[in-house]
Amino acid sequence: MRRLINQQPSRAGGLVLSFLPFVLLAAAYLVYSNARLSANPGDKLLPSPATIASTIHQYAFEEDERSGEYLLWNDTLASLERLLAGLGIAAVFGLAAGLTIGVLPYVRAVLAPFVAAISLIPPLAILPILFIVVGLGETAKVTLIVIGIAPIIIRDLALRTAELPAEQIIKAQTLGASTWQVATRVVLPQMWPRLIDALRLSLGSAWLFLIAAEAIASTEGLGYRIFLVRRYLAMDVILPYVAWITLLAFSMDWLLRVVRARAFPWAGAGG
Amino acid sequence: MTQVTVKRLWKEYGDQVVLENVNLSIGDHEFVTIVGASGCGKTTFLKMLLGIETPSRGEFLIDGEPLPAEPGPDRGIVFQRYSLFPHLTVLENLLLGLDLRGAPLVGRLFGARRRAALEKAHALLDAIGLRQAAGKHPGQLSGGMQQRLSIAQSVICEPKILLLDEPFGALDPGITADMHELILALWNAHKMTIFMVTHDLKESFELGTRLLVFDKRRVDSQAPDRYGATITFNIPLKGKRAAS
Repeated sequence: MRRLINQQPSRAGGLVLSFLPFVLLAAAYLVYSNARLSANPGDKLLPSPATIASTIHQYAFEEDERSGEYLLWNDTLASLERLLAGLGIAAVFGLAAGLTIGVLPYVRAVLAPFVAAISLIPPLAILPILFIVVGLGETAKVTLIVIGIAPIIIRDLALRTAELPAEQIIKAQTLGASTWQVATRVVLPQMWPRLIDALRLSLGSAWLFLIAAEAIASTEGLGYRIFLVRRYLAMDVILPYVAWITLLAFSMDWLLRVVRARAFPWAGAGG
Repeated sequence: MTQVTVKRLWKEYGDQVVLENVNLSIGDHEFVTIVGASGCGKTTFLKMLLGIETPSRGEFLIDGEPLPAEPGPDRGIVFQRYSLFPHLTVLENLLLGLDLRGAPLVGRLFGARRRAALEKAHALLDAIGLRQAAGKHPGQLSGGMQQRLSIAQSVICEPKILLLDEPFGALDPGITADMHELILALWNAHKMTIFMVTHDLKESFELGTRLLVFDKRRVDSQAPDRYGATITFNIPLKGKRAAS
């Protein structure tokens, strides 16, 4: 028999295998949910698929009795606005600062240790400061996301810039490039795909900070809803919301990967 | 006219003497080939010409002026690898030098100036046989094609001096003959001075109008870093200069 390291699943086989853990998880849920509900029909911990489906229908397609809004879409929109604003600001800021630190030794000398120190502050620890300084509104939530992920993007892009072969930078100078031209025509275009990689890696943290901020001070949003209905043990709301958040995060990651492959074919595979 | 003059040049890193007492005078349109054992300072010499290393003592002059302490457009370079820009196509790589020098702010030419640059670039693409590959990225090219492009990329800027750091060292022996033909043709067409570091003695005799051998005159086995290398042979060669 061939060694295990040399045995590859076929394409179709691989696809089936990749669904296997999901199917197993769903099956396990059904078994336990069924067992609990047959013992106690009023059990709220593992609601039946029918209960979950009717709750989803109520949240997504029926107006809320009090506010007259479609709660799921309203929450999704509010959360996505915050998340995208945070990601966008962090990306612009991270790219500009990271590139400058990577290209200019003097800026690197001044800022690199500072950014390294800042990036070690646990963002959630300064959330109270944000609430005190900028209030409980949208600004605090977006700022938390930016503070949480921008330092990591800055450090990553500064490192990627420094990783460019010295030969390239020297060659550009022999072609007459100024500092500005090296930054804009040699370094910046090569940093776009790296920025997308950095954003993909920051997505998880961005969601974490978003939901933390929404849980503490908010009146709408996916994180707010989960923490609100927790008081009623409403697992039939929490579970679909968690699945929905996961799906959103997965789609964003996938979208970024596709954009990277399409727009920067020269940059090789992302990972 | 380009005149390179080196007078009593020393290069030291702390106690380690890399080059000692190098004297040299190179006239216009020479093809200088440089050989020597590993670690005998030939690459250091090339780096000083390039402007990324500075002499510890002595003079390094181009046309009577001291070398600037950073790379510049009068001295082109082709490294063994990594001299191309992976995000630009073959044509864009070739245009880059013209773009950079013609448009300080945006780094791109437009309109009539771009058309003139394109014409120049296409002529060079034909000369290096990469017309068909104009839209490809460097990652899709073979090693030989990459080096031809890298040479053309430097030549399009018409540098006074072209530096070649083992440019053919990583290529198949079969391709090297074509590369020799190309570099000689460009050298004769553009009349620049070439300095080429190589490991290949045959190549250095075939191409050069002057062969420099770097070696240590004295070795102290107790302190191997005490004495540096210098030019032990400076041999004028016939070369392949086209009759003009």
